[in-house]
Amino acid sequence: MTPVDSVAPAASAAAPERDRLLRRSLRDPVAVVCLLVLALVIAVSLGAPLLTDHAPDRSVLADTLAPMSATHPLGGDGVGRDVLSRLLYGGRTSLLGGTLAVLVAFAVGAPLGLVSGFYRGWFDAVAGWTVNVIMAVPAIIVMFVVMAAVSQDLNVAMIVLGVIMAPMVFRLIRASVLAVREELYVDAARVSGLGDARIIRRHVLPVVIAPSVIQATQVFAVAIGIQAGLAFLGLGKASQASWGAMLGDAFTNVYNAPVLLVWPGAAMGLTILASSMLGNAVRDALGTAEPRVVRRREPVARKAAAAVAELPADRLLTVEGLRVAYGEKTVVDGVNLTVARGEVLGLVGESGSGKSQTAFSVLGLLPYEAGVTADHLVFDGKELLALDLAALNALRGRGIGYIPQEPMSNLDPCFRIGSQLVEPMRKHLGLSRAEARTKALDLLERVGIPDPERVFRSYPHQISGGMAQRVLIAGAVSCDPQLLIADEPTTALDVTVQAEVLDLMRSLQQERHMGMILVTHDFGVVADICDRVAVMQKGRIVETAPARQIFASPGHAYTRMLLDSTLEGGPARGALHVPSKPVKEVTS
Amino acid sequence: MTSGNSPLLELDDVVVEYPGKGRGRKPFRVLHGVSLSVAPGETLGLVGESGSGKTTLGRAVLGLAPVTRGTVRFEGRTVSGLGKRERRALSKDIQVVFQDPYTSLNPAMSVMDILTEPLLVTGVARADAERRVQKLLDHVYLPQDAARRLPREFSGGQRQRIAIARALCRDPKLIVCDEPVSALDLTTQARVLDLFIEIQEATGVAYLFVTHDLSVVRHISHRVAVLYRGDIVETGDAVQVTERPEHPYTKGLLLAAPVPDPQRQAQRRSERLKLRAS
Repeated sequence: MTPVDSVAPAASAAAPERDRLLRRSLRDPVAVVCLLVLALVIAVSLGAPLLTDHAPDRSVLADTLAPMSATHPLGGDGVGRDVLSRLLYGGRTSLLGGTLAVLVAFAVGAPLGLVSGFYRGWFDAVAGWTVNVIMAVPAIIVMFVVMAAVSQDLNVAMIVLGVIMAPMVFRLIRASVLAVREELYVDAARVSGLGDARIIRRHVLPVVIAPSVIQATQVFAVAIGIQAGLAFLGLGKASQASWGAMLGDAFTNVYNAPVLLVWPGAAMGLTILASSMLGNAVRDALGTAEPRVVRRREPVARKAAAAVAELPADRLLTVEGLRVAYGEKTVVDGVNLTVARGEVLGLVGESGSGKSQTAFSVLGLLPYEAGVTADHLVFDGKELLALDLAALNALRGRGIGYIPQEPMSNLDPCFRIGSQLVEPMRKHLGLSRAEARTKALDLLERVGIPDPERVFRSYPHQISGGMAQRVLIAGAVSCDPQLLIADEPTTALDVTVQAEVLDLMRSLQQERHMGMILVTHDFGVVADICDRVAVMQKGRIVETAPARQIFASPGHAYTRMLLDSTLEGGPARGALHVPSKPVKEVTS
Repeated sequence: MTSGNSPLLELDDVVVEYPGKGRGRKPFRVLHGVSLSVAPGETLGLVGESGSGKTTLGRAVLGLAPVTRGTVRFEGRTVSGLGKRERRALSKDIQVVFQDPYTSLNPAMSVMDILTEPLLVTGVARADAERRVQKLLDHVYLPQDAARRLPREFSGGQRQRIAIARALCRDPKLIVCDEPVSALDLTTQARVLDLFIEIQEATGVAYLFVTHDLSVVRHISHRVAVLYRGDIVETGDAVQVTERPEHPYTKGLLLAAPVPDPQRQAQRRSERLKLRAS
């Protein structure tokens, strides 16, 4: 036994890169600027007494709408208060208000969300109802009532706002926790004997923190805005300097001193903008956990199609010198293969051998960042590389059909099975709706679906995986393609279903004399259905031979190794003989 | 089961039901009274197709699925329906390896953190825990520097070795293996199975090995139980069940699995079609 499995490519990459969120965010210049702006706002607000001698609420009649001067750098407001002083002290009110709202929203929402999401049950139901009720209450009106009846203090209003915003935090945290608790590693932790508190701390909280940071910045920004709105309307204590109250004052004097609007407006705008953009930057930092790949479309090589002429008449597909690369990494490295009409070619290899990439490049379905080049890619006498997208689209479906690995994810959950079958036929074959419908029902019956009418009307989630694969096969052959490309078509299915689906594919292929490329890792499937086999390893074809020959006398060492590792037909382990030894320590 | 050995794990008429959606709906019964036993040091292969309840059975043993009726006994003691605290004490003896090596390891934790976690909760000193982890990594043939890396730096087979090391951490007597090789390549599959066998021979741990693959089950099991729609339809020696099955469902299962040999496969196919026609 070889001790270590093939090393994953990532394993060769440098030392562990375990950046914390903060460090990753700091690489983003936007985040740095936002943090600097916020730090500046905080510093000048806290340092207000050092920066100005004026009290924010002392009005001097003589200074009413005073112009900028050495004593009043930003002038005086409508009732003779120093604008700079009010701006600096007003920052305190805004920052404190925002912070209060965030703290209250999280103090109420976060624990409830954690418990609700982790334990579900009646607590979740009750909390969910309560939260829905709170969300249905109009926030602004509640705050008016509170300020009118309970307290004139803006900070009290912000605490109430925190409670009103708590449901948002609750929902976010509950949703994140719900997602994590389904993870197998949480089950594994439970089996390892970890208590709930420890599971939450070690496995759940780390996942919740990042979205919480983003949410906090948003709540902060919203709270500052709402607080300013309240103050602008004249609510709040007169002694409490705030940007909103400054705006209100500036508004009354908007014809006499319009410049007064600028200072509180700019301060609020900057603070709110910095806060929400910081949230976005953190979110972006989360999104790019993997190093960014430079995306570059390499032009598809279009070598002269002159040499195509000399191909045998029954040749359906010719691939020569196919290469697929993602940036520096080559995944398919000079593949040659051919498929004759009515022939089934098995494309075999381990994961990462490039077999699916090869199949997809024939379909022209590789992602945008894949660089595909080939000497020849000739299907039915046409050079595929020379085709434009429209011509290629006409060919897919019509000339080449495709059967995917995951039947469920290849059916659109929003549409009925019927319409997903009918649409391509109407487009490619130009059938009327009624004709296409009749043909679709015939096809469903042909692929062995017992009640075609019912399945035709069903949505994908209403049928089983095996049924869905039959539907996809029906779709793949609906426009009478000459070539079928099947990518691990039975890997996701149970063996009994697999056998039936293979039966179906074989009979359709023979009945319609289709060529077929079957991508698989299972030599049992190969033995069942393939005429010829190409074995791929690390992006290259190491051996191509008729199926019988591959099994009887494999030519390449890699093929032999693959065949030897099949467990099928190997010796059984037999019964347990010795009354077992006492369990002893693995490492003692 | 070998005579004279009292079973390590015993399931007696175990029923697992999940509540139906909405009030007054009938609960959904996944297991209808399953009985089986596993001896110390034995591998019991549990074969079934999707929806047969095989994964649920494993989860019921682990205490992750609700046992509605019947009992699960471990070393003679009833462990179904235990409280959280008592269940946690059992974690020393019963461990798990899940199917998907990609989601069963926390992507944010280093391999060292993943492996020391089960030890640290029991109060083992960190230095001791780390020493033990290094030995465990040796045992599952992972390089020594694996400890400081993250799960995403490893291939599927290597991740499954990490999961095996985690299961072995506290010297369990039973490991529930839920399709541990199904997500792996063929060559990797064989190596990981051999590792399972090697560990069993060295430590005498027992496996409840859940899989859909008869060839896998034949390779690793001493005995095999076949589960079909929540009922065990056949139990017996691995050789007998995988070569001369008695129940029609097992026969169908055996004939449905394709063999890597065109001639034998053609023969198997015609036998299967004959069985289906009859």
